Amino acid sequence: MARIFAYIVHKVGVADDSATELVAAAKKIDPAASPTAIVTGCGADLDAVCSTLRSSYSEVWKIAHETLAYPNAELIRKALVKVLPQGSILLVAHEHFGIDLAPGLSIKLNSTFVSDVLVIEGVDGVTLRVVRQEFGGQVSTHVRCDISSGAVITVRPGAFKPLESAPASGSVVDKSSEIGVLVARRRYLETVVAEAGDVDITKHSVLVSIGRGIQEKDNVAIAQELADALGAAVSCSRPVVDAKWLEKSRQVGTSGKTVKPKVYLACGISGAFQHLAGIKGNPFIVAINKNPKAPIFQVADVGIVDDLLEFLPEFTNKVREMRTVSAK
Amino acid sequence: MEILVCARRVPDTSENEIELNSAGNDIERDDLVYSINEWDNYAVEEALQIVARVGGNVTVVTVGGEDDEEILRREMAMGANHGVLISDDAFRGSDGRGLATILAVFVRKGPYDLILTGVQAEDGGAQVGGMLAALLDYPFASLVNSVEVLDGKLKVSREIAGGNKEINEIDLPCVLSIQTGINEPRYVGMRGIRQVASIPIPTPSASDLGIDPATVGQAAAKVKRVDYFVPALGKGAEMLQGSREENIDKLLELVAAKGGLK
Ligand SMILES: Cc1cc2nc3c(=O)[nH]c(=O)nc-3n(C[C@H](O)[C@H](O)[C@H](O)COP(=O)(O)OP(=O)(O)OC[C@H]3O[C@@H](n4cnc5c(N)ncnc54)[C@H](O)[C@@H]3O)c2cc1C
Ligand SMILES: Nc1ncnc2c1ncn2[C@@H]1O[C@H](COP(=O)(O)O)[C@@H](O)[C@H]1O
Repeated sequence: MARIFAYIVHKVGVADDSATELVAAAKKIDPAASPTAIVTGCGADLDAVCSTLRSSYSEVWKIAHETLAYPNAELIRKALVKVLPQGSILLVAHEHFGIDLAPGLSIKLNSTFVSDVLVIEGVDGVTLRVVRQEFGGQVSTHVRCDISSGAVITVRPGAFKPLESAPASGSVVDKSSEIGVLVARRRYLETVVAEAGDVDITKHSVLVSIGRGIQEKDNVAIAQELADALGAAVSCSRPVVDAKWLEKSRQVGTSGKTVKPKVYLACGISGAFQHLAGIKGNPFIVAINKNPKAPIFQVADVGIVDDLLEFLPEFTNKVREMRTVSAK
Repeated sequence: MEILVCARRVPDTSENEIELNSAGNDIERDDLVYSINEWDNYAVEEALQIVARVGGNVTVVTVGGEDDEEILRREMAMGANHGVLISDDAFRGSDGRGLATILAVFVRKGPYDLILTGVQAEDGGAQVGGMLAALLDYPFASLVNSVEVLDGKLKVSREIAGGNKEINEIDLPCVLSIQTGINEPRYVGMRGIRQVASIPIPTPSASDLGIDPATVGQAAAKVKRVDYFVPALGKGAEMLQGSREENIDKLLELVAAKGGLK
């Protein structure tokens, strides 16, 4: 079996949650595997990450260089091509960095690329069997991959549960001298932090969240009225922001905000993983969707198949009625 | 600037409920509404806006079959100057690498300074753009949500976690994968589509492009989809099955019990 590596994303000296998830994924490929972590960066932050990774990986490859202070996928790709043995399997989280790095890396390594893997069923000979999703999670597929010349695999964040038993203290191997001079044709300039909006959805305990099912800008008022009646705030999925119906600061998900409400009303939201990843703290999730097969019903606590444009106003009236009764 | 936009025709997930066919080897494709992949439509709009600022042409290309021509016409109605349908039986069953291989050959034959793809296709893996760039040995940026043209290079912003943006400078020629929300794609009416209905669309084949059929299609694919299925994930929601009024009463009770009335 090919040697398995995990590229670890990190920020300000802290390894990403995927660090331990990738160990679990590696064990699904080969239960006997002892995957090697690879980290790039520089300075004290890099050393801090290496030392935490020693508790979950038996070997940590460290690539330190000033040009790698910011994770520029083009430079990191070039470094990985230099250090990875031929035929290796490399795992990386399927998020903004992995999406940037992995497809091109697989071409340069002449290995197979497998994207956004949710389940790894195992390996038969040189065939890796995995499960992926298509159409925003509405259907899954079994996929067979020829990994005879190695593989680059992006793994969906959160799909693999970290193992209980972690190996004790791994060793750090400094590979910095092997990467040579790296030149990029894409240069990192700066990071622009998202603007704070009018409403901070992360502070609300009840969210009325709307998706593409709200259909047009004028209908946003329907959700706002319900939110007002409940004492909640309106949040949304990405298409609502893309269409400029609500501000970016209202978006829940990987490229938006992470929220921790007590109650989350998902109205006309299909339940794509990038959206669900922004809902933390195990809230009570209510899904209102006209498609009984929408993936949101698999994660919701309560589901209602209905047209939200009719359901929400009636629900709002009922909430108001109840308020007046209890005020008397 | 000569811009090439790679586009794909996909079942429109906001218009359809995607279901399995009876054999389980595909989705049920009868009666599906197809459209251009959402990300690719944003890519075409971005190309049009860049050309409006700095001049040039926009070509939209798809690797597919006869039916896929409709998305090319749609994007030409938006304003794209040319549409190209790369089509050959040998391309059937191509994996991401196969598609990128075909597109790379096409790019090398053309005058393109900038190649745009979508971040991902509804039935894809966010891979063709990055692979295409690597095959061409062009620089690449994924998840792009703004583009500014400078001299011989671009200033692009990439979407990273939490809605933050990573600003980069990238040399031309390059490949960018475009994220939704980068612009507001213009509306296309039936009339616009009729106006471009008679413009010829070239349909180069594998031999026209000089592509060895053994390097693409099902035969060369290292990643193969075996079937489609709908998994039972998690516990599933308690579905309220009553009338709308009953459901509302029940929901109000549940929401109140969970602290949803403040
Ligand atoms: C890199 C990346 C990052 C992303 N980040 C995020 C993110 O941070 N947040 C996010 O949300 N998404 C994100 N996405 C997009 C995500 O993949 C999905 O495309 C998106 O979440 C879908 O939003 P939706 O559920 O509102 O729309 P759709 O998937 O189109 O679903 C609309 C739903 O509304 C239902 N519906 C329609 N009309 C009605 C009606 N009248 N009544 C009731 N129901 C109705 C439909 O049945 C459907 O289920 C990201 C994607 C990428 C590639
Ligand atoms: N058949 C195709 N023809 C042209 N471009 C494609 C094709 N398939 C995918 N692409 C491009 O590659 C992007 C990413 O697709 P994917 O890697 O399949 O998720 C799409 O948004 C398109 O821009």
